[in-house]
Amino acid sequence: MKRRHEEAFGRRERWRLRQNAAMTGLFSVAGWVAIVFIFLIFVFTFKETIPIFTDPEVKKEANIGKFFGEPADGPTLMDRYVWQPTSEVPKVSLWPIILGTLKATVVGLLFACPIGVAAALFSSEFAPPKLREVIKPVIELLAGIPSVVMGFFALIVLATWLQHTFGFTYRLNAINAGLALGFALVPIVYTISEDGLSAVPRSYREASYALGATRFQTAWTVVLPAAAPAVFASFVLAFGRAIGETMILLMAGGNAAITSFSLLDPLRTLSATIAAEMGEVVVGGAHYSALFFMGTLLFVITFISNTFGQWVINGMQRRMQGSAS
Amino acid sequence: MKLAARIVSTLTLIFALAACGGREATTSTDGTAPAAADRKPLTIKGSDTMVILGQRLAEEYMVKNPGMVVQVNGGGSGTGIAALINGTVDLAQSSRPMKDDEKQKAAQSRGSAVVEQAVALDGLAVFVNTANPVQHLSMAQVKDIFQGKVTNWKEVGGPDAVIVLYGRENSSGTYDYFREHVLEKGDFSPRVQTLQGTAAVINAVGHDKNGIGYGGIAYAKDVRPLAISASGAPVAPSEATVADGTYPLSRKLFFYFPQNAPERVTKFAQWSLTPEAQALVTKVGYFPLNTTGGATTSTAAATDTTGSAMAGAATTAK
Repeated sequence: MKRRHEEAFGRRERWRLRQNAAMTGLFSVAGWVAIVFIFLIFVFTFKETIPIFTDPEVKKEANIGKFFGEPADGPTLMDRYVWQPTSEVPKVSLWPIILGTLKATVVGLLFACPIGVAAALFSSEFAPPKLREVIKPVIELLAGIPSVVMGFFALIVLATWLQHTFGFTYRLNAINAGLALGFALVPIVYTISEDGLSAVPRSYREASYALGATRFQTAWTVVLPAAAPAVFASFVLAFGRAIGETMILLMAGGNAAITSFSLLDPLRTLSATIAAEMGEVVVGGAHYSALFFMGTLLFVITFISNTFGQWVINGMQRRMQGSAS
Repeated sequence: MKLAARIVSTLTLIFALAACGGREATTSTDGTAPAAADRKPLTIKGSDTMVILGQRLAEEYMVKNPGMVVQVNGGGSGTGIAALINGTVDLAQSSRPMKDDEKQKAAQSRGSAVVEQAVALDGLAVFVNTANPVQHLSMAQVKDIFQGKVTNWKEVGGPDAVIVLYGRENSSGTYDYFREHVLEKGDFSPRVQTLQGTAAVINAVGHDKNGIGYGGIAYAKDVRPLAISASGAPVAPSEATVADGTYPLSRKLFFYFPQNAPERVTKFAQWSLTPEAQALVTKVGYFPLNTTGGATTSTAAATDTTGSAMAGAATTAK
């Protein structure tokens, strides 16, 4: 009786070990596949960029000097820094496009960050639990709206409304595009901030209340700083999404590559340029390589921002833990 | 015990799936292999201006030739030409003539010269909002407006308002045609907002009382096409003025395919010049090549020899 029991136990134990080994293997394969894919994408993007540095024919039309310097002649910035890769004399300054990307991103973040954090504070600190259970999924639902729908909304409804209300000369401008982008960023900022705020230990709040702080004072001066790493992480992720967002800006930004700092002018972003022009280019040509250079640039920008963000977050967390103990 | 059962059932499922997959794969190759040669779909890609035209022609052609499959895609003339060069489509539609270097590249990659065949005439219109009092512009004025030298409507007889420019993205044949014929190869103002497709341009101008845009006349809806004067009096775009050439902005719409293309391609191209097909051209809003009843034989309208190494080969494959 006892031996049979032990045998059964041994069998089960062997199964368990085998299952463990199999599943561990499966998961690590899945993990590696993801890493390999990202790596291959990067290698491919970068490989297509190389002719800019090596191929003499491509270099004549598109090179680093032309991307970032050597402006054309003209009285205004707009005439000197021009992106017109298919004209008789191709002009491939990236500045108007980088500027457009930054304008949209800044407006989008300025809109989304305060709203996202405020909404997160409200739902984690002030809202009754029942309301919170409604707010959270609804805002997160916003993240599920396809960006083409958001772009269409901005193109047809938002642009018309903004123009009528504020009398903008250009229907499609940085404000319109930035606001539409902001709608897409709010759920990112909200979700991650909210998780961070909710994770702040209850003892922090109790200590604050015990010292006579109001709910607002507690939320603003105790909970929010304690959740700072998460809030900052949400900004970094939102920035990454904003830089890479394509469809909304393609539809709502007006797509004019203008070197202008005005938020009332149309804009064109790196990702939108790639999307709009990639279909037309001859594989291996200067224009093609230039578009891949933009892709690499986007890759590098997000890589740097994520790394920098992680570094800042780590620093914050270390400080938090240091002061907590 | 339970676990063992689960594993067994999982494995069974996996095998079953694998078996299904395998069987499916084999039947499909077996089934289509003999027919594949002549049942391959004819793929067409290119000019957004010509998408509607291509689709109408394809529909009619598929009705006339049961079993034929014709797939028509847009993307812009440049996109279609790039696809022709890269070998991913059978036939490119283009609203601008192919450039010489493009022809060379295509000839290299496809192994034979490219056939250029005009299928229709199109009037390129300059549109303004219906609320805009401006009725006509000269070619020079249109050029100055789109180059950003004239920026206010009052300079061309309109109200005191900034001119808002709308155009096409640079893969568009319409963009190229406009740059070549109106801007005389100069550059567009960077202020031109580039939109995807003529329909989008029309929609934007329709919503913007200070807007101006350009596109195929067939798309004009809720906007006003301007009369254009080249040297003499302004001429409004219409079938008559485009056909007789008095309207200054008319152009040919082209089919491009390699000379050694399979029969399904050449037959379709040939058919597109029959009176029956040319009647469809008129229906879609473009103008037939030959106003006196369409091109009756394919040789008549075959190639517009704008230069370079192409034979009048639209007809070679019977």
